[in-house]
Amino acid sequence: MASVQVVNVPLPSLPSGWSADKDFKPIGALSAATQRNIEPVGPHFLAHARRKRHARTFSEDERIQAQQNVKKTEEEEDDDISEDEDPVMLTRDAKDWKAQDHYAVLGLTKYRWRATPEQIKRAHRKKVLRHHPDKKAAMGQRDENDNFFKCIQKATELLLDPVRRRQFDSVDEAADVEPPSKKDLQKGNFYKLWGPVFKAEGRFSIKQPVPQLGNEDSTQEEVETFYNFWYNFDSWRTFEYLDEDIPDDGEGRDQKRHTEKKNANARRKRKSEDIARLRELVDECLALDERIKKFRQQARAGKDAKRKAKEDEAKRLAEEKERAKVEEEQRKKEAEETAKAEREKNKKSKEAAKNAAKKNKRVLKGSVKDVNYFADGEASAAQVDSVLTDVDLVMAKIDTDELAALAERLTIAGKDSGAVKAAWAAESKRLVDAGKLKDGDVKTFA
Amino acid sequence: MGDAANGVAAEAERFAIGISFGNSSSSIARISPEGKAEVIANEEGDRQIPSILSYIDGEEYHGTQAKAQLIRNSSNTVAYFRDYLGKDFKSIDPTPCHQSAHPQQSDSTVAFTIRDTESETLNTVTVSEITTRHLRRLKQSATDYLGKEVNAAVITVPTNFTDAQREALIASAKAAGIEVLQLIAEPVAAVMAYDARPEATVTDKLVVVADLGGTRSDVAVIACRGGIYTILATAHDYELGGASLDQVIIDHFAKEFMKKHKTDPREDPRGLAKLKHEGEGTRKALSLSANAQLSVESLVDGIDYGSTVNRTRFELLSGKVFAQFTGLIEQVVKKAELDVLDIDEVIFSGGASHTPKIAQLTANIFPEKTTILAPSTSNSAINPSELSARGAAFQASLVQEFDREDIEQSIHPMVTVTPHLSKAIGVEFISNTESTFQPLLNAETALPARRIAQYTAPKEGGDVLVRVCEGAREIKVTKPEPKSKEEKAADEEDSDFDSDEEEEEDIREIVWKTEKPVAELAVKGVKAGGKVEIMIHVNPDLGLQIAVREVGGSTAVRGAINGSA
Repeated sequence: MASVQVVNVPLPSLPSGWSADKDFKPIGALSAATQRNIEPVGPHFLAHARRKRHARTFSEDERIQAQQNVKKTEEEEDDDISEDEDPVMLTRDAKDWKAQDHYAVLGLTKYRWRATPEQIKRAHRKKVLRHHPDKKAAMGQRDENDNFFKCIQKATELLLDPVRRRQFDSVDEAADVEPPSKKDLQKGNFYKLWGPVFKAEGRFSIKQPVPQLGNEDSTQEEVETFYNFWYNFDSWRTFEYLDEDIPDDGEGRDQKRHTEKKNANARRKRKSEDIARLRELVDECLALDERIKKFRQQARAGKDAKRKAKEDEAKRLAEEKERAKVEEEQRKKEAEETAKAEREKNKKSKEAAKNAAKKNKRVLKGSVKDVNYFADGEASAAQVDSVLTDVDLVMAKIDTDELAALAERLTIAGKDSGAVKAAWAAESKRLVDAGKLKDGDVKTFA
Repeated sequence: MGDAANGVAAEAERFAIGISFGNSSSSIARISPEGKAEVIANEEGDRQIPSILSYIDGEEYHGTQAKAQLIRNSSNTVAYFRDYLGKDFKSIDPTPCHQSAHPQQSDSTVAFTIRDTESETLNTVTVSEITTRHLRRLKQSATDYLGKEVNAAVITVPTNFTDAQREALIASAKAAGIEVLQLIAEPVAAVMAYDARPEATVTDKLVVVADLGGTRSDVAVIACRGGIYTILATAHDYELGGASLDQVIIDHFAKEFMKKHKTDPREDPRGLAKLKHEGEGTRKALSLSANAQLSVESLVDGIDYGSTVNRTRFELLSGKVFAQFTGLIEQVVKKAELDVLDIDEVIFSGGASHTPKIAQLTANIFPEKTTILAPSTSNSAINPSELSARGAAFQASLVQEFDREDIEQSIHPMVTVTPHLSKAIGVEFISNTESTFQPLLNAETALPARRIAQYTAPKEGGDVLVRVCEGAREIKVTKPEPKSKEEKAADEEDSDFDSDEEEEEDIREIVWKTEKPVAELAVKGVKAGGKVEIMIHVNPDLGLQIAVREVGGSTAVRGAINGSA
């Protein structure tokens, strides 16, 4: 930003007698500024806006920007490939390329299966710059050994071919992460120890992205997705890389076919072994996963709560039923008791009525007897008999109330024969009127 | 903006281009991965896409295809609609649309009644909707070319675009699926297109941008100070443009035709449209070659017509129109209270700038040191038609990664309104009796500002005085030979193109004069042949920090002057 103008005009020399404090002499101020709108475009404006918004001065801003730029270049250098080369590796024989670690040859061990084709190309270029046989010759190394250069070429050729790279990645043991032992797990964090294992295994997945193990706070859904994924794992892992070389010298078709068959079998076997291994791995992890237990407990706690609620409900219902029953019985008992009391009362009143009726009947019979059976003087037997017959007749025809009324009337009538007779006559007449007696049935009271 | 903390793009999928949305034609551009601006050709191969839409039986035609429809299907062809956007019917000038669909009032906005579907009924389509369709086509062209969905853009607008117009444009762009990152002024985009070139250096300069479009011309004076642009003055002519030059051609051929056939092709609407269409092509051809021909089949009454015109003839006929262009440029310089001597660069932008004579005439106005950036005067000139699109693309590449909020905050007046120096600040040199002034910070420099300069010390070394002053430029007029005084006075005003006659012109030059000393500093014991570096930092409140040290020396003399406001 701060470009330096160079002006080739000599500055005047200091006049004699000029002096100022610290060699600086302020004289005047600037003329007033004009307010204008600057156009919000261009990189220099953006720098201006940045300074203004963050209230930075020129030098501060320059420093911050410079720091940012430095960081960026460092990162770029970082991902450049600068790994130490193992001296043993440098002496490798290129013929044994199958056994070499192609990523190590290119210095990409940090990335391995994650390395992009771009990175591989760059790594290759860097390695070539260093290990090209011509370079060695120029450096005065006279041994015409270009073995490592061939290794580099082989590695690049293989890694830049996606199919062959997959084959190598499939058997790249250096990229595997061993599952933690039980001892490790007792000490360490389950998630930290198992996470990388699955991350490494996930590289074989056809389906991407691969769900992660997560941590103790993962939801049940996440955990379920994770394990479901791993139990239905779809792997592209192949084992062609480990095939035995098929002799192509035409030694015999049979030999070739035999080897091919053997290879195919070996691949199948390895594949199934791999599937079994993975399955075991997931089983092991699942068995140790605290979250599963937690979820199960939660589920159980939920179930228990439900069951308890159910039981409580049942209990409550039973109690209610019981109470209802008790109440019902109570009510029945009460009803019975009242009924009994009623009955007894009825009985008593009946008896009383009976007694009263008896008494009244006696009154009735006594009334005619008192008035001497309506006879003047000594009543004849016939007379007595007919009167009594009539009395019985009337008595049989009337109910207790009428009997009582009649008895009362007769008591009032006393020993007055006329009155008694009239009472009887009225009674018998009422009975005749009521149709209970036939006219003429009662003769003596007429 | 764009710190490590918040500079990461909010929408990672943003893919921005620059759009120059003109009244007569539009361009789309982007910055290629190599960092070069490139203007994108649409599917027909056009880099200047006419801002025209045409409809036949529900089929939409765009660009050059639509332009051809102006002859046969003028009532269903919408052209020159950019300037109607966001305006009410009362304030628009419908003249350019005489030969296309006519603008009409619709509520508070402008609309066109066209048949844009297969049915026979006419539809009223607002200018916003037309703009949306136009932008959608531009977006589609860019997407097809780049193979990646374009969803954001920086769009250029004239300097006098009102807030309502800006809002309407942003809304229309949004409807077309384009997020407008920023609207930038056309002349500034043109300056930036030049400054964004890798070989460009950041210098303080005053630039005149002459944007000569199809239907209108806009001229602006822009101060570039340390890469920051400030518009000092603008001038607009809404009737002057490529169309005015086309009219000259049309009239010329029409007269020629009338001599032979006694009928005026301009009377017939279709004849006029054909003549206009072909005449424009002829005019453009004349910018490249000395001769151009025009041929129209069945111009009027079934008569085929063909003729040629040479450039000299055209320039002779267009003299008046050219004078208008140069007049506009002179006017804006005056409006900015500047002299032609102050102008360091003239940038020609817009389609009509291809005309060689305009640039030549402009070059005559300005002193020789002024760079005239037009195709006919400078080999390094960028195609004037592409300037604003390139500038927009450059800006788009700068702000593409920014958050929406970041952009909004940065273009807020709080940030853009800044104090500018009213006087230049520099160093005074006193040798013997004569004193000269070297500006270090020019007038109109946006504050805060910082400049560093190195000056040579006296040959013998020793103690040096640095006198920081305010300076003013004056125009010194010296007469080569004493002649009549009145003539010279008149000459200052119009150094026009037609004053070609042999005439003793005044020698006019810029002289700096010290106005007000600000501070004095002393550097002691400078080595012989050494250099002295001066750094001046001006705060927004006009406070100054000055530091002077010998280059290579360790100690510096520092001083500060407190600001007034």
